[in-house]
Order: sequence, then structure tokens, then C-alpha cells
Amino acid sequence: MERCLMSGNEAIARGAYEAGARVCAAYPGTPSTEIFENLPLYKSDLYCEWAPNEKVAAEVAYGAAVAGVRSLCAMKHVGLNVAADPVFTAAYNGVNAGFVVVTADDPSMHSSQNEQDNRYYARMARIALIEPSDSQECKDFLQEAYSISERFDMPVLYRTTTRVSHSKSLVTLGNRTEIPVNPYKKNAQKYICAPANAYKNHPKVEENLELLEEYSNVCPLNRVELNGGKIGVITASVAYQYAKDVFPEDTSFLKLGLTYPLPMQLIREFASKVEKLYVIEELEPFMEEQIKAAGIDCIGKELVSRMYELNPQRLREMLFGTKPDTKKLPVEAVSRPPALCPGCPHRGFFYTMSKGRDYVVTGDIGCYTLGGSAPLNALDSCVCMGGGFTVGMGMAKAFEQTGQKKKVFGVLGDSTFFHSGMTGAAEILYNKGSVIPVVLDNSITGMTGHQDNPGSGFTLQGDLAESIKIEDVLSAYGYKNIIIVDPQDLTAMQKAVDDALASESPAAIITRRPCLLIKRIKHSTGLCEVSTDKCIGCKKCLKVGCPAIVFKDKKSNIYPTQCVGCTVCAQVCPVGAIARKES
Amino acid sequence: MEKKSAVLVGVGGQGAILVAKILVEGLMRAGYDVKTSEVHGMSQRGGSVSTQVHWGEKIYSPVIGKGEADLMLAFEKMEAVRYAEFLKPEGVAVINDYEIPSSSIAAGLCEYPQGCLEAMQDSFRCYTLNAGDTAISLGNAKCMNIVLFGAMTKALGMDDIDWESIIREAVPEKLAELNIAAYRAGRAAAK
Repeated sequence: MERCLMSGNEAIARGAYEAGARVCAAYPGTPSTEIFENLPLYKSDLYCEWAPNEKVAAEVAYGAAVAGVRSLCAMKHVGLNVAADPVFTAAYNGVNAGFVVVTADDPSMHSSQNEQDNRYYARMARIALIEPSDSQECKDFLQEAYSISERFDMPVLYRTTTRVSHSKSLVTLGNRTEIPVNPYKKNAQKYICAPANAYKNHPKVEENLELLEEYSNVCPLNRVELNGGKIGVITASVAYQYAKDVFPEDTSFLKLGLTYPLPMQLIREFASKVEKLYVIEELEPFMEEQIKAAGIDCIGKELVSRMYELNPQRLREMLFGTKPDTKKLPVEAVSRPPALCPGCPHRGFFYTMSKGRDYVVTGDIGCYTLGGSAPLNALDSCVCMGGGFTVGMGMAKAFEQTGQKKKVFGVLGDSTFFHSGMTGAAEILYNKGSVIPVVLDNSITGMTGHQDNPGSGFTLQGDLAESIKIEDVLSAYGYKNIIIVDPQDLTAMQKAVDDALASESPAAIITRRPCLLIKRIKHSTGLCEVSTDKCIGCKKCLKVGCPAIVFKDKKSNIYPTQCVGCTVCAQVCPVGAIARKES
Repeated sequence: MEKKSAVLVGVGGQGAILVAKILVEGLMRAGYDVKTSEVHGMSQRGGSVSTQVHWGEKIYSPVIGKGEADLMLAFEKMEAVRYAEFLKPEGVAVINDYEIPSSSIAAGLCEYPQGCLEAMQDSFRCYTLNAGDTAISLGNAKCMNIVLFGAMTKALGMDDIDWESIIREAVPEKLAELNIAAYRAGRAAAK
């Protein structure tokens, strides 16, 4: 069989294909995105899509499982907060074919707003939890995940972390197993979650979970590596790999792949064979607390931090006090904070907002969160997907209630608008908020690396799609004054803001210019140059926060390799020292 | 064989991913177990990027911590300083004598740190080269990454691996000769 180097995410896509999945839906989010970027490789055997948000993705995948085919949905950890509603009730209703929910957690918050430990979702929803520890397991464990889902009639939560999803390791490929459709039969008691049905379904959930716990003691995903009787380690996920590097060779391991419900009988047997028992897990004491509650003595979070991702060196230091052997240099590197790209269409909007400060700007999750960084500093808050509109609404109501005449701009992007901004736009209009909704429409889901969305005109499988117009949605809601503006034209951008502030009828702004990194669009590029004679060194152009501008020898300079000629800097120059050259 | 680890560090867009791919392909062909790790997301142009590559008979962890790398390839010299704590005291660094200012340096808010190269040379066994100039002299600034890879193979000392044929397969056909020349120039320039 073919062996190749794959990331965990590539391996999950391959695993879904091999396990016979037929319907797959997701919303992009780091570190989960590449699972679905790779699924179209198998589109002759399965259907895959970008859904508008994680809740929709989970519902689509669940519906397919009810209809009788194996299905998959995937999301980043905070995405499961959005999708929790259908997943919790799917646990009561059960399935008609395997239903797997992938959650990719992000310890250390490499690209996330928190480091929540989603293993608790399995315990709370009363469903199985499976955790692969490398790419081979990412692929292989899916087979078992589907069969557990079908045998115990429940959704399966499949949890990776950034290092499982993004690390690459060798994978031996297999063939696709064709799974026959389990024909759909109407079953109102099972699939309609009316209170009377749910009341009857809950005991079944508990019964299935008990049967699953019994099975977990013999499940092939849980294995014992007996090497000695002195030290035993219970571990799962990538923490297993770290522990293998850190503990001495005669350490015994109980390596778990099915981590909820825990195989307590197996754990008890393992504990009885070793003198000292450790539980090594990243983030929360999820396994440790259950093991201790079962009366088994073990060492865990007394030594191992519940914050940030682990690595062998951190673990060694926390467990054995071994300090890293490093050399301290007499120089220090300056940080390279992320910034909006040269030519980013969001720059013109945020520069405009950074000038007047008698209003509040509530932001959202995406590239445009960077509008909050120096030197633009144009955001007041950022909480969650869709919160740009509605956190702004709450602030506006508070200002109103307390007699403060502050206006609020609620800001989010095109993909976020379809994700959860539409409900917020309805809220603002319905409850008469003094919030001006602003959609920064760059025609793509940018931050996660350019995925299509309901406004972009293409599907994940590469087919042409209806491109839903944001202005049509807002206008259908009842926004009477929808201002569409090119944010790169600073005069027009300022006028749009002023007009919206002065508007008598409900106003909204759509800034429209495609992200420069979209490959299928031909962008007009040029180059801006500084005339050194004219430059007075006033540093006004530095305020736009463009990485292509360098201040050297008391003058501004523009890196020709980075500049794309967007002219935002030229428009702010008070002496006309910057000009664009066509290329 | 004992586990070996390399860290490839630089600034987004310098071509480190291709270098990691070539390195990994060679190590796989030589029969090693290989794992790599990099962090995606927030991947705007111009950010600090790092890729770790580990190889040996059997590799468990896909990441290492401080003081655990045998080899560093720095595409930019301030990045060498940033990740120096990952090198073992006896580790080897291959450093590009090349500066890319950060946005705060470009905006005139702070200075590019002086003495990066010297600090590295005082602390570690180093190979340094100006791969930018070498690439330009070969006629294409973009092959700087392969010049650096050539220098790295000298520090790596795994001369039984046929790197040239791996490079040939990894780059577009019309750029094969340029990249082979870049690889050889890098090997020759590493001092």
C-alpha cells in the first residue's frame, strides 16, 4: 500500500473517503480548514460543501445520517459552540448511519480567541469522544468512529488539536469501503424531538452510553503498552507523543483513542500494575478528574499546566524540573505582528474610522480584526462571529438608556455576514438600534485562506453558484439607505460614513473590493513611488499601517516588491509626494 | 539512529515550505521516519514563520521545545535570533545574511537590532552566506531559498542523499537548471 506524508487534516479527509462517507459539510476555521479543502479530491465518491456556518454544517451532516448515509462535519473548537444546538439533540434522536462531528481545538490559541477544551462537549451531550494522536490515526480511527456511531446510535465527537491537525507524518493509505445506504424509514418517536419523545429517548441515551463504556474496555482504539511496573502513564491525543519522548523507556502506557466514556475497568487494571500513575493531557483535567472520582490515585494537573499546548521540553520541565539547555544571546528580535496586507481593501475603511473618535466601532472575527492593531487602532471590541453587529447593538442601547449620544458602527465581513451577521442585521432594524451595520465585502473568506461562501459565486466542489447579494438581503429586511462604496477611495469612504451618520432612514454601508489575493480575479496592479524631493517627512502615510512603507533617513520610502499601488498612502499625503505608476 | 530535529525559520513568503518539502522527501527516501510541524492561520504576509522537521528510526513528538534542535536554517538573520533558544548548545545554524525589517521597524518606531549575525556566531557553530546576492547573481532573486537549502545540506552532512534529483522533481521543469545551480552555489558559499 502507498505510504505518504500527510497532515492530520489531509488524513481525516482521506479517512472519510475510505470509511465511505457520502455527505460532508463544514464552515472553515483554523486549525480545521484543510480537512474540507482536501475533500474535493474525492468528489466523485462523496458530496462536500462549505455551509454558511457550523450549525448549518452539523444539521446538513446530521440530516444525511438520518437519511441513511455516513456523514461528516468539521469545525474549529469555537465553531462547536455555534453547532452545539443540533449536536445535543442529535444525541437524543440518534442516527440511521454514522455521523461524525470533527472539532479541531487550538491549545495556545495560535489563531483563536480562546483555548476551550471541547472534550467536555462529549460528556455533556452524552456522546462518544475519539481522539487521534497522529495522521495515521486521524485516518484509521474514522472507520471505528463510524461503526461506534452506528452500533451505539449516537453522534461521535472526533477531536484533534492544532498539532494533530497541522503536523505531518507518514500514512499508509487504504481503499474505500462502500457502505450500502441504510434505507430511511419514517420514525416519529425517534426523529421528532417533541418533549414526550425526548423524555422516552433520554433513557436510551444512557443505556447506549453504558453499553459503549463496556465496549471501551475492549475497543481497539485503547491499548496498553506494558514495559515495566514502576511508572504508568494514561494519555491520549498528541500528549501521547510528548509523553513517549519524555518518560523513561521502562514506562508503561495506556494510550487511549476512545476517551469518552473512559474505559474505567481497563484503567483500574492498568493502575494496579504500576507503582506510580500519571495522567498526561493537554488543557483541562478531563480524564484525570473522572479517574480520581473513580477512586484511582494519579498525578496530573498538580504538575502539568492546564494552560497552553505542551511539548516534550515543557513536559520534562513540569514533571521533573529539567530546565532547557539554551544559550542566551545579547541581542533581541523585534516582533513581527500581523498586519493588513499591502493593498488590503479593509485599510481604507479602518483609516477613515481611525480619524473620528466620537463613535464606537465593534468588530468581528476575520482579517479585519487587524483593524484594531496599531497604528489604525480603529476597533473597540471583538468577541465572536456575528458579534460585530449585536455587541454593538447592546452598547448602543446602553448609551441610549443613559443619555449618551454615541453612535456605533458594527463591522463584519461578507462570509461572517452569511455566518451569523444576518440575524444581527434584523435585530438592529427590528429593535431600532442606533447602530450602522458595515459589511466589509472582499468577496471571500479571507483569514482562513480563501474559502468560498454564499456571496462568492462558487461552491467547494468548484461549481458555479448563485452569488447572494448582501445589499439585496439588507434591502429585503428594510434598510432604506444602503451605501455601497469602494473603500480604497478615501473621499468616497469618508462621504459614506458621513452620509450614514446623517441618514434619517435606517442606513447600512457595504465596502466592496475583492481581496487582492483572490487568484481567479485579474487585479489592476501598479506601484506607488515617493518623490524624495517632495516628501516633507511628516509621517502621515505611516498612519495607514501599510507594511510596504518604510521610514528611512527622515523620508518615506515604498518597497517596490511589496507595494501593489492601492494609493491609500498617496491619498493621505498632504504634499502630493506619492504617485502611482501603472505596470 | 538518534532523533534529529531541524527548525526552518524566516518571514512569510520566503519559500521555506518548498525547502521543507525537499528536505522531507530526501529523508523519507533515506528510510527515516519523519514528522513535521508548522502553525497556520493569521498567515498575513510578512509574519514570522517556522517549520520543524524531525527524523530518525521512530519519531513520536511532531514538535520540540527550547534547547532541542540540532540544526537551524534561518532565511533572515533577526529570525535566527528569535528562534536561537530552540537550538541545542552544540547545535549548528545556517544563516542568511539578509534583513527584512518588521512593520514597526519600517514605520521608524524602532531599529533593526544590530549584531544578529555576530551574536549567533559567538554562541553557535554557524554557516553564514548572503543567499540574496547569490540568487541575484544567478539571475533570479526567487531561488534564494534553494541557495540556502544547498548551504543547509553542507551542515546536514547527509551526502548519500541525491538532493539534486529531488530538487529537479520538486520545481517546475523550466526552473530546474536554475535551482540546481542555486543548490550548488549555496553549498559552495556556506562557510
